Amino acid sequence: MTPLAAYLLLSAFVFAIGLAGALTRRNAILVLIGIELMLNAANLNFIAFWRYGPNPEALTGVLFVIFSIGIAAAEAAVGLALIIAIYRHYKTANVDQVNTLKG
Amino acid sequence: MGISFAIIAGLTVAAAVAAMSLRNLIHCSLALVVAFAGLAAAYLQLDAQFVGFAQILVYIGAVSILVVFAILITRSGEDPNESVFSMSWMAGIAVVLAVLGVLVWAIMRSSVAQRELPPTPSATVQQIGSELMGRFVLPLEVIGLLLTAALIGAVIIAMRDRNTD
Repeated sequence: MTPLAAYLLLSAFVFAIGLAGALTRRNAILVLIGIELMLNAANLNFIAFWRYGPNPEALTGVLFVIFSIGIAAAEAAVGLALIIAIYRHYKTANVDQVNTLKG
Repeated sequence: MGISFAIIAGLTVAAAVAAMSLRNLIHCSLALVVAFAGLAAAYLQLDAQFVGFAQILVYIGAVSILVVFAILITRSGEDPNESVFSMSWMAGIAVVLAVLGVLVWAIMRSSVAQRELPPTPSATVQQIGSELMGRFVLPLEVIGLLLTAALIGAVIIAMRDRNTD
């Protein structure tokens, strides 16, 4: 197996684990953590393709990941604020029990 | 490529599995820190030093602290008699296995994945800075605006609603 394929497989496994957490966990915070893991897997793909790409001097992969990390930080802050607001309203962070649109 | 990659990959995958499957939420967030550190080590191994240290600062330093704060605020001590997985977990696992199968199949068949390692590129902080101030100055400004909006929005969303109290 070549190094690039190994990094891509690692990224695929991290993405699948994050997706499993986002789809199967009850707690909303764990769902958000799963989404963060998926974003990180995508970042690893960007860095691996930048390193093994034909034109690494352009630094596009690195800069894309830097912007992506910034957006992930904003997403985490807003997502956790939403979870806290939902917890105040429903007194639970269990996504199975948050099933009404108006209430 | 070799023993160091095997250690990093095994640690990252094991920590990610632990973060997604443990019952205690604090343990989950600590496992998440280990997974983020493993990914940062992978970035460092790929000669992307700046991204590796940004990963450590942003994810290990900030995002995991935010997660711990949210766990403490929502007091999510889970009911020990209740499963931590949702009612539709079997459908979720089926989707995950399908996605993983497609990804592994695509990676194994791809000709791009056969590339050999090119010589080490130079990605110094100076180069990244001049790119950020030159070609990528507009995305940088947009990110600054987005972060400001997200900060204000997060405060407003999480602020206690006077009408309901």
